Amino acid sequence: MSRSIKKGPFVHPKLLKKVEAQNQKGSRDPIQTWSRASVILPDFVGHTFNVHNGRVFLKVYVTEDMVGHRLGEFSPTRTFRGHASKKDGK
Amino acid sequence: MPRLLGVDIPNEKRIEIALTYIYGVGPATAQKVLKDLGINPAVRAKDLKDDEVANLASHLEKNYPVEGALRRLTMQNISRLKEIYCYRGLRHRRGLPVRGQRTRSNARGRKGPRKTVANKKILRK
Repeated sequence: MSRSIKKGPFVHPKLLKKVEAQNQKGSRDPIQTWSRASVILPDFVGHTFNVHNGRVFLKVYVTEDMVGHRLGEFSPTRTFRGHASKKDGK
Repeated sequence: MPRLLGVDIPNEKRIEIALTYIYGVGPATAQKVLKDLGINPAVRAKDLKDDEVANLASHLEKNYPVEGALRRLTMQNISRLKEIYCYRGLRHRRGLPVRGQRTRSNARGRKGPRKTVANKKILRK
């Protein structure tokens, strides 16, 4: 089920505050965040986020196309390097 | 037989069913369109008058993404997902299920025919 429109998109309040502060200063420093569930707002375009994936922070540069997605969608939590080949397995 | 929107040649079925042969038109859209244009849904496709056919074609074309336009739209949406490197895009690239389904078993529709790995069991021991 999708989120009620009445509530508006979810963004972690502290994260929003940081972005707004940067927008006022006009700076574009990377913002470190664990808030993978936060929705990317149009205000975020052009900013860089360091999004935690459970292990490290991955750099995510936000473009216009990303609006409406969540930060976590751009920071994969799993690594899959392919199945073991015959040589690797032995 | 009437020809609607290029290639689609619905046959001797009721027009509400015949319309669903168009890519992007299902039973719901078909019925709605017929109601909007005041065409009896029970009429056979071959019995439609020429102006009704023309009306249908232009109405569908104008108000709904159908056939080529719809296919293009879908492809665009997918390629957008691929370009922005989001999780769904990565799943599309890999040809794996996009909406969180399991892949340990099943998911054959996305993954295609089984690729059997020889001696898998022996190797594991």
